Amino acid sequence: MTATDIQNGPTGAIVTADGQPLKVSLARALRRQRLFALALVAPLFIFVTISFIIPIADMLFRSVENSIVEEILPETVKALESWDENSGELPDEAVFAAMVADLKVAKANRTNSKVGQRLNYERSGMSSLFRGSGRKAVRIKEGPYKEKLIKADKDWGKVVTWQVIKQFSPNLTPGYYLASVDAMQTPDGSIQFEDSEKAIHTKLFVRTMIMSVAITITTLLLGFPIAYLIATQPAKISNLLIILVLLPFWTSLLVRTTSWIALLQQKGVINDFLVLVGLISEDGRLAMIHNATGAVIAMTHILLPFMVLPLYSVMKTIPPTYMRAATSLGAHPWPAFWKVYFPNTVPGIGAGAILVFILAIGYYITPELVGGTSGTFISNRIAFHILNSLNWGLAAALGAVLLAIVMVFYLLYDRIVGIDNMKLG
Amino acid sequence: MAAIPPYASMPERIWYYAFRVICAAVFFFLIFPLMVIVPLSFNAEPFFTFTPEMLAFDPAGYSLKWYDDFFGNPNWQGAVSNSFVIAIFSTILSTTIGTLAALGLSRPSMPYRTLIMSILISPMIVPLIISAAGMYFFYSRIGIQGTHLGVILAHAALGTPFVVITVTATLVGFDNNLIRAANSLGAAPVRTFFKVIVPLITPGVISGALFAFITSFDEVVVVLFVGSVDQRTIPWQMFSGIRENISPTILAVATLLTLVSMLLLFSLELLRRRTERLRGIKNT
Repeated sequence: MTATDIQNGPTGAIVTADGQPLKVSLARALRRQRLFALALVAPLFIFVTISFIIPIADMLFRSVENSIVEEILPETVKALESWDENSGELPDEAVFAAMVADLKVAKANRTNSKVGQRLNYERSGMSSLFRGSGRKAVRIKEGPYKEKLIKADKDWGKVVTWQVIKQFSPNLTPGYYLASVDAMQTPDGSIQFEDSEKAIHTKLFVRTMIMSVAITITTLLLGFPIAYLIATQPAKISNLLIILVLLPFWTSLLVRTTSWIALLQQKGVINDFLVLVGLISEDGRLAMIHNATGAVIAMTHILLPFMVLPLYSVMKTIPPTYMRAATSLGAHPWPAFWKVYFPNTVPGIGAGAILVFILAIGYYITPELVGGTSGTFISNRIAFHILNSLNWGLAAALGAVLLAIVMVFYLLYDRIVGIDNMKLG
Repeated sequence: MAAIPPYASMPERIWYYAFRVICAAVFFFLIFPLMVIVPLSFNAEPFFTFTPEMLAFDPAGYSLKWYDDFFGNPNWQGAVSNSFVIAIFSTILSTTIGTLAALGLSRPSMPYRTLIMSILISPMIVPLIISAAGMYFFYSRIGIQGTHLGVILAHAALGTPFVVITVTATLVGFDNNLIRAANSLGAAPVRTFFKVIVPLITPGVISGALFAFITSFDEVVVVLFVGSVDQRTIPWQMFSGIRENISPTILAVATLLTLVSMLLLFSLELLRRRTERLRGIKNT
């Protein structure tokens, strides 16, 4: 507040030195302060929005976006509007003429294989149909288009081909989300789920969940005793022990993954040691890596500090007198621990468990390097669709589902711990 | 459980020692994987395990050739310089705007604090693969995918939450009367900022900057997607090295990186102690 010189005005109301009523002046000063605070935050807010929020929103949009069919086959989409897809009959000559015209343009722009690839996600065979027909359509100079196109490829004579094109001509599609849960829309509009052995995405989601839960439990089992030890030691020792926990936390993720490969592989340190001491034979070397076991071991090690640190910070606040009071009142050490100490640690367990779970569920690097085929997570599938199969829509839909799961747990974390209370190191 | 009391019963004594053994085992699990790579990186053979010569402490079993390969290989040297360039620029960017935002967020007059905070923290929460995918799509759309600029912006976005969190944490106990005192003693706002606010928040800013630096320096998922071969960083090189041709050079790099992280940890610990000392003086 700059206006400090307060005096009484002629009306008796308190006014500031410049003659303004105090209330008005105060409100203005507060508004200026609010705007100043906002101005300080603004650069970061704008930066995060552009470099992070918009890309995520863009990805979410991509998971339902489907403008490609209308873009490449505009005439056909228009002509198909009047066709009843449930009539069981082929569209009329006008639609075929539109398709031939569209294919000619698409062939010239080399986009016919693109639309084929898009429709191939919904029905296999569409990719080759469009690739082959692009060339043949150029040679069709005049009608009857229907007859000539069917002669070029008999798939054009199937009602289902046209049903698929019509079904995926709108600009928005639920197709990718259905595919992300291994379902698809049949041409008659009903939703059909894949057989359970072919349901690869559901299987991966379930596996990601199970493995993340397993990692959360192992980190809790390993982290609880050492957090307790650190919290109950005098400051000199506990500072040293904390550094032992922080050192892996600060070491590069790839360094830790590399060292687990060196330790766990068939000709690695642990197998060599076990053979040397005679616990296993040369042929009986354990397969501990490139499978789910390897992924769980390596990720437990990587995520353990995220469990220990919240546990420790909660345990530090529990007065040691509680336990002493309980034992002096006649409780045996174990019930004293279980009934008095443990309930006090529950907030720490909740915070650590949710943190580890959130981090585990989205992990990519470690499962990719040590997970093999049985230890891959849903994130590996997302990366596969972006980099290899180029089905970006499906990758975006899988990412959106994963993001939704993480957000649910994040809100839970916010409820329990509060993001304001998040501490580092 | 600082020490075992003299009246402890036999089971209590057994549990006391058993508990220490369990804890020692967990610490071993935490530290051993980091330590084991150090001797392995001096292996004379291209293996990821101890050779009989190494176990016999035969000098012939040890060599520096993987370090030689690291320092002589242009691929690795390019990765080192890329890593530093990207990490330094993204740290500068995220620390500057992150500190400003933390100053704003800590003001009592800040409106919509929780909402804005949760948006600013979100890059830390969203799984990296999703951030990477989103940035890959969007950055290719606007043409900065596969450029240094794209990777720097992406890493800066990932680093800002750490800066915001550490700086706001140092400002939690900040006494706003100090600013009023400076103002009433005649200091202009700019002078107040540099003479009063900056010295108090410096430890938070430095530790935030260290977090931002290590976030970028260690990051591999986003750089794999947003970057191209020209932006290959040390983690990228390690990642492709592990996948394609696994050579102990990776172990040599890993050893060097562990040294770097020990240095960082050490400086953070010093900072933490300094903050505690400053706080201690203020409280008396």
